[in-house]
Amino acid sequence: MTAIEEATPIQHVSPRRRLTDLVVRVLVYLAFAIAVVPLVAVLWMVISNGLARFDIEFLTHSMRNIGARDAGGGAYHAILGTLEQVALSSLISVPIGLLTAIYLVEYGRGTRLARSISFFVDVMTGVPSVVAGLFILAFWILALGMPFSGFAGALALSILMMPTVVRAAEEMLRLVPADLREAAYALGVPKWRTILKVVLPTALTGIVTGVMLAIARVAGETAPLLLTVFFTDSINEDPFNGPQMGLPLYVFDQAARPTDTAIDRAWAGALTLILIVMLLNLAARLIAWWRSPARSR
Amino acid sequence: MSKQITVSGLDAYYGSHKAIEDVSMTIEPRSVTAFIGPSGCGKSTFLRTLNRMHEVIPGARVEGKVLLDGVDLYGSGVEPVSVRRSIGMVFQRPNPFPTMSIYENVAAGLRLNRRMPRSQTDEVVEESLRGANLWNEVKDRLNKPGAGLSGGQQQRLCIARAIAVKPQVLLMDEPCSALDPISTLAIEDLITKLKQEYTIVIVTHNMQQAARISDRTAFFNLAAQGQPGKVIEMDVTTRMFTSPSEKATEDYITGRFG
Repeated sequence: MTAIEEATPIQHVSPRRRLTDLVVRVLVYLAFAIAVVPLVAVLWMVISNGLARFDIEFLTHSMRNIGARDAGGGAYHAILGTLEQVALSSLISVPIGLLTAIYLVEYGRGTRLARSISFFVDVMTGVPSVVAGLFILAFWILALGMPFSGFAGALALSILMMPTVVRAAEEMLRLVPADLREAAYALGVPKWRTILKVVLPTALTGIVTGVMLAIARVAGETAPLLLTVFFTDSINEDPFNGPQMGLPLYVFDQAARPTDTAIDRAWAGALTLILIVMLLNLAARLIAWWRSPARSR
Repeated sequence: MSKQITVSGLDAYYGSHKAIEDVSMTIEPRSVTAFIGPSGCGKSTFLRTLNRMHEVIPGARVEGKVLLDGVDLYGSGVEPVSVRRSIGMVFQRPNPFPTMSIYENVAAGLRLNRRMPRSQTDEVVEESLRGANLWNEVKDRLNKPGAGLSGGQQQRLCIARAIAVKPQVLLMDEPCSALDPISTLAIEDLITKLKQEYTIVIVTHNMQQAARISDRTAFFNLAAQGQPGKVIEMDVTTRMFTSPSEKATEDYITGRFG
């Protein structure tokens, strides 16, 4: 055959390909730079404006008895509220979301029920946050006659959080190779124990990351809180009774006031919120690292 | 410790597709039985029916009888989990649990099933690792992750994990196909050693391997693509490789097809 003679000889990279390479390379770097600009800009703005009032008083005092033009005051009540609301909503949505994901991946694969659950989870992912707030307002507060409370806010937040947790956990559980499940079955380990001791630990790091993203998402929600937690300037430690405050609400409230001192408080509130989310993330990563197999003990 | 397996009239399905048809055979205790045959002829499927791993796949089912010393594994009221405790399995690709250390991997079958005092677990882990010819290589790093070992070591770790639960039968699904010749040799030596205590069934694509280690060999084949696989011939390995009674077996062994 003449195939070898017809084959093209080894050549240098043509100018055309060099040019294409350069153009695409520049485009990729440019896209990356553009994507980073807003992120850095937001962080820069929040840190530079927020540091002015980010002090001990801010972290330990509420807004009780602070007049419209007074300096001072703080966000302790809002920090407390946000932590309680986010903790409660995680407490509701993480177990439900995780169990749903386990059902979808391990038990319901291919069944009609699993397909419809999957469909509704997708629908829930697209629910605007204000709708979740309105639903709790209409159902929990107006129809059932419950008071405004941190718990009502947590309910609204968990509506938003649940689908995110389900999706993230589902993806991670699907990534666990079938080999590992079979290896456990072949040792005579029952299915539920296999899920608990082999599948979940293998997917743990990914699930924790997914849950943290979900928490970060709901921690910054304002609209549903406005409709369910209401609003207060005082410290309310009980999330089940009476209006509470949340950091997003605090920022929203302070930013709408006309004085510079209030605007400074709003920036400090935003900074606090970012720090809380970052700290939670760090904690989650530590947990994942501590549980990870790669670490030699 | 080791038991005899008697299979009669066994069919296995994936959904509506019949993968193997009417398999009957006797697998002797304290011996190595090898399954050979072209890809897709149902050797692995059949192997997986022996410890009820076949039905783990959605839509898969089995008809027929598998008797382990007279007890029907597919009889009503038989718990698949307990079947798998007495009939262990080693897979084609080494699959140690990535979240567990070497020690935890070997102890997995024990720990995941019942509580056991630490000293006793230590004993079983050492005994199993010695049994799998791996103890000397890993005794100083039992707490390191199992996934950090080489492929051949991982496969021996999986064998140690399988024998730690003290099964009566050990099924091996092409245990050497992902390994280099030296690791393969190590595993073959191990199989020869293990057959003193266990009933061993091995699926292999390597006919020299079947000839080297097995006492009896079964040849699987299918009439055409899409047809169910069947056992064409089963005999003592030496006879099978020198004077097979079926033409198809001879063709396969001499490399004329497959």
